[in-house]
Amino acid sequence: MTSHSGYTLHHPQWLRRRVSTWWWLSRWRYFKFILREITSVFVAAAVVLLLLYVAALRRGPDALIAFQSWLSRPPILAASAVVFFFTLIHSITWFNLAPKAMKVRLGNIPVPPALIAAGHYFAWLVISLALAWIILTGG
Amino acid sequence: MPELVNLEVFRYSPEHTPEPRFQKFQVPYNKEWVVLDALNYIKDRTDGSLSFRWSCRMGICGSCGVLINGEPKLSCATFLPSKSSKPIRIEPLRHFPVIRDLIVHIGDFMTKLKKVKPWIIRTNESPLSEGEFLQTPDEMERYHQFSHCINCMLCYAACPIYGLDPLFAGPAAIALAQRYNNDSRDQGAARRMPILSSHDGIWACTFVGECTQVCPKHVDPAAAIQQYKLTAALHSLKSVIAPRGAA
Ligand code: SF4
Ligand code: FES
Repeated sequence: MTSHSGYTLHHPQWLRRRVSTWWWLSRWRYFKFILREITSVFVAAAVVLLLLYVAALRRGPDALIAFQSWLSRPPILAASAVVFFFTLIHSITWFNLAPKAMKVRLGNIPVPPALIAAGHYFAWLVISLALAWIILTGG
Repeated sequence: MPELVNLEVFRYSPEHTPEPRFQKFQVPYNKEWVVLDALNYIKDRTDGSLSFRWSCRMGICGSCGVLINGEPKLSCATFLPSKSSKPIRIEPLRHFPVIRDLIVHIGDFMTKLKKVKPWIIRTNESPLSEGEFLQTPDEMERYHQFSHCINCMLCYAACPIYGLDPLFAGPAAIALAQRYNNDSRDQGAARRMPILSSHDGIWACTFVGECTQVCPKHVDPAAAIQQYKLTAALHSLKSVIAPRGAA
């Protein structure tokens, strides 16, 4: 736990306790935090997937069709579902934390935290609907 | 036979035994008693060598912070649980070097606190004849919550980031910097910025949020840090877009 070199008069030997590598397992709240952090890996995976899509699009129609058929293979579909699920959790936890970082005031009246979170969800919904409309109607 | 409460208290006295240990004590249960009363009972009746800090006994001085069953708490504000089958474990605050028993060395926190300049800074002093600086209730509301901090350091004991990166300025120091940054009488935000927006300032924080959970005064240091992240990010954005304007 510690190393000691005896006691020196008027110079107390402090005890320094090291943080365990497994600190995040010691409390449920720490563990929840680590889970939230891990979801970022899936967000990164979603970004990589999107970039691959754009790269295929750039290479022309054949490459795009090949990429899309690769995407629709069952294991890739399953992996995409997992990535989507964790990206969703990441977004929800992010939006729920947003009011902590933002103190918005309308004139002199502070906007309640729930309303700030609701604003984020609303923007998310509007952007998602707009994208869905563009994709489904072909622009 | 009065009901008894079992305590396991962390002991460390390097002049006697180099290794720390837990010592078991029994104190009578009293429904008005807080953990600090139990510690004082032990000191008065059982073992006078038990060392711990306290002063006000009413959640104001911030000196009695300890870990109670692993949770950072003020010992003067935590009641003894009745009929507790398991002993109550009392330890010194995590992440600070222990000097003796429940007493930790707080020098690191004091140094960091001073670094963020937690006092009103004026760039232009007005003559006394102009009178006091007036402030509206609304202006006070902008920093009031952060001004409740009692420097108890429970937030440092709860923060795993501070445990892993001892250079991190830490929750209370940043909350107190924000207490002055948000004060309409203060003009020192620019002088605090280099310290706050450095790597060991706000950006070391990964928003675990434990500081806010354990704060006995509802200061919400996690919010102070996240709010400052937004301020610092907007500031650096402004300095890229309009270098002169942001200066
Ligand atoms: S912010 Fe809260 S927990 Fe941290 S030192 Fe201040 S009062 Fe204590
Ligand atoms: S003794 Fe002062 S805060 Fe507990």
